[in-house]
Amino acid sequence: MRDNLQKRTGNPAFRADWLIITIYLLLLCAGWLSICGASHEIGDTDFFSWGTRSGKQLVWMGCSLGLGAFLLMIDEKYFDSVSGLLYVAMLVLLLITPFIAKDIKGSRSWISLGAVSLQPAEFAKCATSLALAKLIGEFGFTLSDMRNLAKAAGLVLLPMGLIVMQKETGSALVFLAFFLMFYREGMPGAILFCAVAAVVFFVVGVRFADEFLPGTYATVGQSVVLLLIWLCVAGMTGVYCPRTGHMRRLLLWGTVVHFAAWLVSRLAIPYDIAWVQIVWIVAMAGYLVWIGLGGRVRAYYLIAAFALGSTAFLYTSDYALNNVFQEHQQLRIKVLLGIEEDVARAGYNVHQSKIAIGSGGLEGKGFMNGTQTKLKYVPEQDTDFIFCTIGEEQGFIGSCAVLLLFLLLILRILWLAERQSTTFGRVYGYCVLSILLFHVFINIGMVIGLTPVIGIPLPFFSYGGSSLWGFTLLLFIFLRFDAGDKLRRR
Amino acid sequence: MDIQETFKNRRFVIGGVAIGIVVIYIMRLFALQLLSDDYKKNADSNAFRRDVLYPSRGLIFDRNDSLLVYNEPSYNIMVTMNDQRGIDTLDFCETVGITPEFYEKRCDEIKNSKGYSRYTPQVFMTQIPAEEFMLLREKLFQFRGFSIEKRSIRRYASGIAAHVLGDVGEVNEKDINEAEDKYYRSGDYIGKLGVERSYEKQLRGEKGLRILLRDVHGSIKGRYQDGAYDRTPVPGSNLTLSIDARLQALAEQLLEGKLGAIVAIEPATGQILCMASSPTYDPRAMVGRERSKAHQQLAKDPMKPLLNRAIMGMYPPGSTFKITQALLGLQEGIITPQTAYPCSRGFNFKGLHLGCHGHGSPIALVSAIGTSCNAYFCWNLYHMLSNRQKYASRDEAMTRWKDHLVRMGYGYRLGVDLPGEKRGMIPNAPYYTEHFGDWGPLSIVSISIGQGEVTATPLQIANLAATVANRGYYYIPHVVKDIQGGRIDTLYTRPHYTMVDAKWYDYAVAGMRAAVTGGTCRGANIPGYEVCGKTGTAQNRGHDHSAFMGFAPMNEPRIAVAVYVENGGFGATFGVPLGKLIMEQYLNGKLSPGSEAQARSFQARRINYGGYER
Repeated sequence: MRDNLQKRTGNPAFRADWLIITIYLLLLCAGWLSICGASHEIGDTDFFSWGTRSGKQLVWMGCSLGLGAFLLMIDEKYFDSVSGLLYVAMLVLLLITPFIAKDIKGSRSWISLGAVSLQPAEFAKCATSLALAKLIGEFGFTLSDMRNLAKAAGLVLLPMGLIVMQKETGSALVFLAFFLMFYREGMPGAILFCAVAAVVFFVVGVRFADEFLPGTYATVGQSVVLLLIWLCVAGMTGVYCPRTGHMRRLLLWGTVVHFAAWLVSRLAIPYDIAWVQIVWIVAMAGYLVWIGLGGRVRAYYLIAAFALGSTAFLYTSDYALNNVFQEHQQLRIKVLLGIEEDVARAGYNVHQSKIAIGSGGLEGKGFMNGTQTKLKYVPEQDTDFIFCTIGEEQGFIGSCAVLLLFLLLILRILWLAERQSTTFGRVYGYCVLSILLFHVFINIGMVIGLTPVIGIPLPFFSYGGSSLWGFTLLLFIFLRFDAGDKLRRR
Repeated sequence: MDIQETFKNRRFVIGGVAIGIVVIYIMRLFALQLLSDDYKKNADSNAFRRDVLYPSRGLIFDRNDSLLVYNEPSYNIMVTMNDQRGIDTLDFCETVGITPEFYEKRCDEIKNSKGYSRYTPQVFMTQIPAEEFMLLREKLFQFRGFSIEKRSIRRYASGIAAHVLGDVGEVNEKDINEAEDKYYRSGDYIGKLGVERSYEKQLRGEKGLRILLRDVHGSIKGRYQDGAYDRTPVPGSNLTLSIDARLQALAEQLLEGKLGAIVAIEPATGQILCMASSPTYDPRAMVGRERSKAHQQLAKDPMKPLLNRAIMGMYPPGSTFKITQALLGLQEGIITPQTAYPCSRGFNFKGLHLGCHGHGSPIALVSAIGTSCNAYFCWNLYHMLSNRQKYASRDEAMTRWKDHLVRMGYGYRLGVDLPGEKRGMIPNAPYYTEHFGDWGPLSIVSISIGQGEVTATPLQIANLAATVANRGYYYIPHVVKDIQGGRIDTLYTRPHYTMVDAKWYDYAVAGMRAAVTGGTCRGANIPGYEVCGKTGTAQNRGHDHSAFMGFAPMNEPRIAVAVYVENGGFGATFGVPLGKLIMEQYLNGKLSPGSEAQARSFQARRINYGGYER
């Protein structure tokens, strides 16, 4: 029966999703052209010899294609069975890496194998994804269960911690992307919501810590965050305890309290209205606990905890920024938030990359005509800041095309992941999606000055064998699953 | 199962996040790449070093092709503030010969100047002479951020014709803002005076540009687009002046120690053969870093050496003006060549007395010009203004009188190709009504002999001589004869006719000839030529001004000249001999031994100006 099936459908490689492979090849070619643009001097057209970055990248690309073809041909059952072993082996490799690796720019993450250096952290993403898929794919496993969630989180945090020890914070942060997959697999949305709220509260609180609300002694940052906490609490009450009228009451009274507090400050004696807001939040929490006691509904306690926790977070974040983070990290955060202007040091990279991209205009300066990247104004121009070359040489049209290709790739993976017949396949698909999305989000975001400068590569574009092979591995294992799954779905 | 379905819907949240990120990023790219031009400018100032290539300024020759003005290399020290770090300031100051205080001051000035950019070279010091430059060049590699720009400096073959040639100086803010083609930038040079200013566009040429690519370390990586956007500088055009350098030198010598001007014109073309103004100055002092100091000193001098009296001095023309009166009287029919007026040592009428010197009476036109009879021309004007058959009113007659003079080149700027020309003064009826209230022919009759309200520049007087020589037309006088690779303005090649018929000019010529053969200008006679002339003795607050205008030869005239010596006394005292020497020099190419001696003695004569208010 099985042999029959195989005979009827031929080699699984031919059933692989052609759209993803096309996008993959397109991105690979665009990436190679960008590396040519970024690493060559004006007038230099030797793109193919081993001595040049573009020549080497061609070799990495060739290897990747071979790797992809190989992956499509092996039996998918193999991945399932070795995933546990692979994960453990990867942990061991990550553990010993700092001891055998050379120190490159303060990080010990590269293992030298003669002419080629490999970065185990790039392959750890793949091994972790497989291990997660295996864990979550087990029968009866659900992430709504806190104990299961803790297990899965442990699988993610273990390699993450080891990579932090290699001083590769950027690569380690990528593992946070798995929480997006967790969300799809049933992790309570409240956790994701809290994470987003924490980022928003932090950014608003720190960014506007020095401006005062007109007519009061309250800073804009504090007041706005406290206002947001009130609105979030009211909203959550509405969502989790619908049809009780509590939300309406909280909104109405909150409006009255805020408006009155502001009027008194404005018309009578100016004072710090943040105190009134804090009192109001504590009052809300108390009210929620009280009705929670009456109705025995756990949601009320949690919302109250959110209110008090958020307020505490606001007042500790400022302290954390100034005391917990190291100085260069503080500076990066402040530059990103626009609190400090530092074109010469921390802000230099982003300043120059914005100039390079901004000078591209609509159509760009044309292949090999970019001045900013070629004259080395943009640092890391063929690795982390490779998107500058696209922005400068291919302009708005080229940059958008690249962004849309990535979007298409991600949405196609989403589509394929959802149609998997096994949880294992779906989970693995979401892992691939989350990692790609995180890389694109952070890498392009930092180049255009929207996200912090975290040194992670742009998939398929940035120069380097390890990252290219890592992403190829990640993507083609998923393609192989999908190809195999097609038969099952028939 | 229900719960699995809710989780399944979370795919829309995840897909939405991905789409949201891409949309936000595209909006950001739109803002960066399409909405703002700043990034492009920033990128250009990053990557491009724009070297301005300065063209050589046009040379200036005299009418016989002898070189008057040329260029010599000099150097500007440039500084790029962004690169200027960690240099030994003291060593630098010592090398270029400045104090550390000056260094600091200069740096501040540069940073506060208009259009300052710390990425582009700014002018630090200008016009470093070649010797100082050698010293600096050896050490330049130590002074990061400083560079050298090769420029040139004006040199003068001799010290003559300062007023005509003018000079160049650094542009000021006004020059930069007013140039409609935005040609100038701080540190450039521009013609400030004379021909250098009026022919600035032709002389300066066009600046070139070389765009070089420099990398983040400042080292040059080649030319942008293989020089597709580079421009080679276009050198300035050479100018050939109509000035005769030897004649100019003689005129300046003759005026030494006197205030005044000599202008000579070639009547057939309007070309100015010499234009001397005294006192003058040495143009060689107005060069380079010393220019502003020298200029200030000259500006403070009470004798006003910067004033080009030939075109800016407004003097009463005195008796030279009588020629215009004779011509317009004939044209208007007030007098005929045969009309004779009595003169009893002056004009006596209705209690008004205007003196004259002793000569026969009554006297006809040619003799009246020859002897410069005041009474004759007073009667002429009186009869014109009182003529109610021809003119409906006194004002109409006055307007007619004024129109004649304007067409002869008086009362308005002639339009010479030099900056700063004054228009002189020809009064009209509204002027008198405003200033005199009740006025009549008698109250203004002194204007008929070039006194009173009438003033003219020496150039206008010379132009009158040229017009008479041409028998009724003139070309606008000009000092530039040829522009290399171009043509002079057609303004200067179009004849301007007066309102007087050519036939009447014959009588003016005859009168001026009579003045030389047996009248007031006997000293103007040059053996072998029929010289025509007219003296002028203009009364003013101090000693009389001495004036002369003339031309020679009478038929086919080659030179017309006007001489004006402030407080020189009778026209015959300075005007006539100086005019004669100029004409002789030009006609013969040299002076006779006798004239040579005469020239030397006039060169040595000084007029004491101490007592007169200037």
